[in-house]
Amino acid sequence: MPKLTIEELRKKRESTKKSIYLREGNFKGKVTVHMGTCGIAAGAREIMSTFLDEFDDREITDIMLTSSGCAGLCSEEPMVTIEMEDHAPVKYGKLNPEKTKKILNEHIIEGNMVEEYILGIGSERAG
Amino acid sequence: MEDMSLHILDIVENSIRAGAKEVHIRINEDAAADRLEIEIGDDGAGMDRATLEKALDPFYTTKSVRKVGLGLSMFREAARAAGGDLVIQSQTGKGTWVKATFQHSHIDRQPMGDLAKTLEVLTITNPDVRFRYYHREDGKEHHFDSNGLYPES
Repeated sequence: MPKLTIEELRKKRESTKKSIYLREGNFKGKVTVHMGTCGIAAGAREIMSTFLDEFDDREITDIMLTSSGCAGLCSEEPMVTIEMEDHAPVKYGKLNPEKTKKILNEHIIEGNMVEEYILGIGSERAG
Repeated sequence: MEDMSLHILDIVENSIRAGAKEVHIRINEDAAADRLEIEIGDDGAGMDRATLEKALDPFYTTKSVRKVGLGLSMFREAARAAGGDLVIQSQTGKGTWVKATFQHSHIDRQPMGDLAKTLEVLTITNPDVRFRYYHREDGKEHHFDSNGLYPES
């Protein structure tokens, strides 16, 4: 059965919704976790969950966290796209929770891209 | 997919992409009848008859970034591998309803997995969508409704 009770879920959401509901405020960045079939099969839910927990623990409220579908690079999943204010979007691939935390610390918080996990920089175009 | 909670997440992501504002997830575990049913219904864009006929074909997808669409077909394979099947009903402009059945005790029936995590990720990243979850397990019922969890809903 679920590891989280509904009550815990409610509490978690109460604290996390701060980060969701500041959309009109001063977001300095956006994190998109790719949650197509390929992403989910490769572990995207754990990546999303890692971001949710870390945002919650560190009280990060100025980064929007969202999901999108497959970006056409299924073999590179799980993938995230990080878009920081005034910078081109950066795609990271083959993630796990440890790599995700490193990207959070170094790219999102300190502003330095994690070169070793980068798939590409710039906007995607559906082909 | 390793478990039911991931299949459910995947199918609900289809609902989200179809513009659903309300998604119902219903799970019925009946050990006495040795049956498990998972239903997902949404009020999204729905599919016309021609699209619906192709929806379970792994080589059909609406996406332009790739040429295969494995989500529904994998869920159906999981159901068929465990003595069950999957059916879809859909109507353009009304929504889509997917029902998968399984033999509960079947050795190849995948475990439920972390359903709470699936609900958590869905509700937090889709605050504009109402999720209603009903889980019946041998007479016991669990309910979850994301309505009211956000200030403006």
